[in-house]
Amino acid sequence: MPVLLVVGFIAFALSDFVGDPVLLYLGQDQTQEQREALIRQLGRDRPIFVRYADYVWGVLHGDFGISYAAREPVGQLLMQYLPATLELAGIASALAVAVGVPMGVYTAIHRNTLLSRVFMIGSLIGVSLPTFMLGMLLILVFSVWLGWLPSFGRETVLSPVLPAVTLAMFQMTMIMRLVRAEMLEILRAEYIRFARARGLSDRAIHFSHALKNTLVPVMTIIALQFGGIVAFSLVTETVFEWPGLGRLLVKSVASADGPVMSAYLLLTALLFVTINLVVDLLYFAIDPRLRLPRGGA
Amino acid sequence: MRDWLDSDAVHGFRTSPIAVLSCLLLWLLIGGAVLAPWIAPQNPFDLGRVSLMDSSQPPMSPAADGDRTYFLGTDQQGRDMLSAILYGLRVSLLVGGLAVAFAVVVGVTIGLVSGYVGGFVDLVLMRIADVQLTFPAVLTALLVDGSIRAALPRSVHDSLQLHVVVFSIGISLWPSLARTVRGSTMVERGKDYVLAARVIGVPSWRVALTHVLPNVVGPVMVIATLGLGMAILAEATLSFLGVGLPASRPSLGTLIKYGGDYLYSGSWWMAAFPGLALMLLVLAINLLGDWLRDALTPGLR
Amino acid sequence: MPVLSVRDLVVEFPNRRGVARAVDGVSFEIDPGEVLGLVGESGAGKSLTGAAIVGLLPPPGRIAGGAILLDGERIDALPPHRMRAIRGRRIGMIFQDPLTALNPLFTVGQQLIETMRAHLPLSHRQARERAIAWLAEVGIAAPSMRVDAYPNAFSGGMRQRVAIALALCAEPRLVIADEPTTALDVSIQAQIVALLRRLARERGTAILLITHDMGVIAETADRVAVMYAGRIVEIGSTRAVIDSPSHPYADGLMASIPSLDRPVDRLRQIDGAMPRLDAIPAGCAFHPRCPSAFDRCRVERPELRDVGPTRSACWLGQGHG
Repeated sequence: MPVLLVVGFIAFALSDFVGDPVLLYLGQDQTQEQREALIRQLGRDRPIFVRYADYVWGVLHGDFGISYAAREPVGQLLMQYLPATLELAGIASALAVAVGVPMGVYTAIHRNTLLSRVFMIGSLIGVSLPTFMLGMLLILVFSVWLGWLPSFGRETVLSPVLPAVTLAMFQMTMIMRLVRAEMLEILRAEYIRFARARGLSDRAIHFSHALKNTLVPVMTIIALQFGGIVAFSLVTETVFEWPGLGRLLVKSVASADGPVMSAYLLLTALLFVTINLVVDLLYFAIDPRLRLPRGGA
Repeated sequence: MRDWLDSDAVHGFRTSPIAVLSCLLLWLLIGGAVLAPWIAPQNPFDLGRVSLMDSSQPPMSPAADGDRTYFLGTDQQGRDMLSAILYGLRVSLLVGGLAVAFAVVVGVTIGLVSGYVGGFVDLVLMRIADVQLTFPAVLTALLVDGSIRAALPRSVHDSLQLHVVVFSIGISLWPSLARTVRGSTMVERGKDYVLAARVIGVPSWRVALTHVLPNVVGPVMVIATLGLGMAILAEATLSFLGVGLPASRPSLGTLIKYGGDYLYSGSWWMAAFPGLALMLLVLAINLLGDWLRDALTPGLR
Repeated sequence: MPVLSVRDLVVEFPNRRGVARAVDGVSFEIDPGEVLGLVGESGAGKSLTGAAIVGLLPPPGRIAGGAILLDGERIDALPPHRMRAIRGRRIGMIFQDPLTALNPLFTVGQQLIETMRAHLPLSHRQARERAIAWLAEVGIAAPSMRVDAYPNAFSGGMRQRVAIALALCAEPRLVIADEPTTALDVSIQAQIVALLRRLARERGTAILLITHDMGVIAETADRVAVMYAGRIVEIGSTRAVIDSPSHPYADGLMASIPSLDRPVDRLRQIDGAMPRLDAIPAGCAFHPRCPSAFDRCRVERPELRDVGPTRSACWLGQGHG
């Protein structure tokens, strides 16, 4: 919650100080009197606390102000760009989990095979390779040279493929490394030894007993890393000209569009807080130790 | 016994060749960047030396006047890519280094104050660090850059762009440093010799500087090294997004951005070679940082 | 025919400087329904003997010699999938710490059901009914409710009861109990021991009871083997080993049991410590600590031989040279 408070204030500051609303309404040719009249009309001569309260009140009612660049209500603008971002982030996260988790399990169980080494080195390169370069590399190979996949826009069914792979890459390597580290830790646990002594199959031990125990820490880090996904979506959307919120923000920064920047910041913080809440709830679903007070019969 | 075999000896043996290699690579890149004005085949900013006749030449093509070869090709203005990359490395390293230096100064100071003073000051500072940590460096840098862009007139802004970028990136790196230093400070503060020093009247800031700082040198170096990699990447990303340094001082990120525009026409080398240089640079720094972490701070994960 | 027959078992741990022998030529047999106690200090090799039998030696440990026979069949060199079919089904295992032996994220019912279904042709419903019956059998109240509880809802003693049910639920011929009472409150230890003993007797299950606690052995075991530095130094019926031990180490160990019918002023203790694996002295490994050691003990290693009611590995009574 302190996150939301602090972010809320920064967002207000951005919205209030960044950019010139007078320019928006009057254009370049303005007289001093017109200017002052407008400032009064917009209520910008009031004390900062009043404006802050006004801003918070507006945000709570879905009013984020008016974009200086697009001259549209920011709320409408966000709604227009949000679906593309959600689509991209959804596909990328699913991809990252679906590929990263099995790779992590594999590299933990078969530590010294060739394939494990390839995965580990690949993940190191994945972390060092900037997102925009990965995106450009994919465009070069799959769009320019092979001509298989579209490299920009959001028109065809295949459009999300390259951006999603790009966005998923970092998350995927991170999930893989995390799952691997946690698995290695848990495979040393006493209950894994006991499960082996009970004659359970390797598959049951690895994928059911061990993997389930890695979920809580892995989910925590994934939730904490949400910010990273936001950052990478900015870049990915720019590389692939994907019409999402990230592109909107980059354009707003270039044109010093305060209200859009602040709305984006608020939305991100809200998403962050929501995700953390969901993760907390998932803990309860996964780990019975959190549901019951300790002790018992 | 087996644990020991697993960790120190074997691990050190395994990683040190990598550390040596990455160190060599890093020195090579830094050397190339520092010596760029002397070793680069061409000054890419000297328009008199750049010939439009040589524009968009693929790697290994001879110059139009025939007196040398463009090993890595040329860009659309006929600039030698190798020279542009060497000069770009300079800018990237400069911005990254300054940003990290800024972050170290801010982070260590705040960490010392927070850990030493404690109480309400500590609470507030660490809350700010928490919030800062949840926001990725690139987003922070973007927003800071956007705000400053709006606050300053265009001409002033352009001439200050380097400072703006350094500040934006540095400000996103300080929390992890501050936290580490704060932790060590709090541990040291509780120790008997610090109390003893205070009892005999040594000023507390001197106790902090002389006793706490040496203890945090290791972790700070590790975080700063890894932070350098992040800072260079952040700068490249900002430049790529078009809010980094002005095009008159192209960093590796700027080169990649402009090279990317020619990707579709098949001129892959304009983006690929700066990209490769950036990747090698960051990879070398990260490997070195990982090795430093294992060597200096066994406890830190 | 004995359920388990271990012959000249050698367990080694290769390391950089060579090979450490943790178990060195251990032999014993266990009959159906019999409880054999394996005692010794920590590091004597008793737990590794148990781990070697079920094929769960911690890497890089390996069986370097000897044979392990279960119902007359050699099991020490079986491929992993066949060994897995034996674990749980023909050899059950109970570990020391009931708090960490159960997976915290699965109900006790789930863990019982998966164990039974891994080995026995049961439907889920049948396995669940049996799981409830097993919980009742090991003395868990309201088993049809508790079957759906997670391990954290059980106390330490109750968890060890669940662990016993898990070890026995596929009806193995042999149970290896590795320090089953060490982590429990003293008041609960006796209950757990009695439970284990009753269940084994009813089913004719043999038990290898590994412990450093002579009190538990005295109450439970039919026969006892005393280990020191990787070797068995004395083996015989529990009564005989306790009442008239012939090996000086066993003698010292027995003298450390407080007894109700023999009032003593103070308990004896053995001076010194067991040698490290890489520094086992020549001759009898116990000679540096032995009050009765003589020249031969420092040079020649004694083998187990019949000495009255027990078998002992000691030169005493073999004639002084």
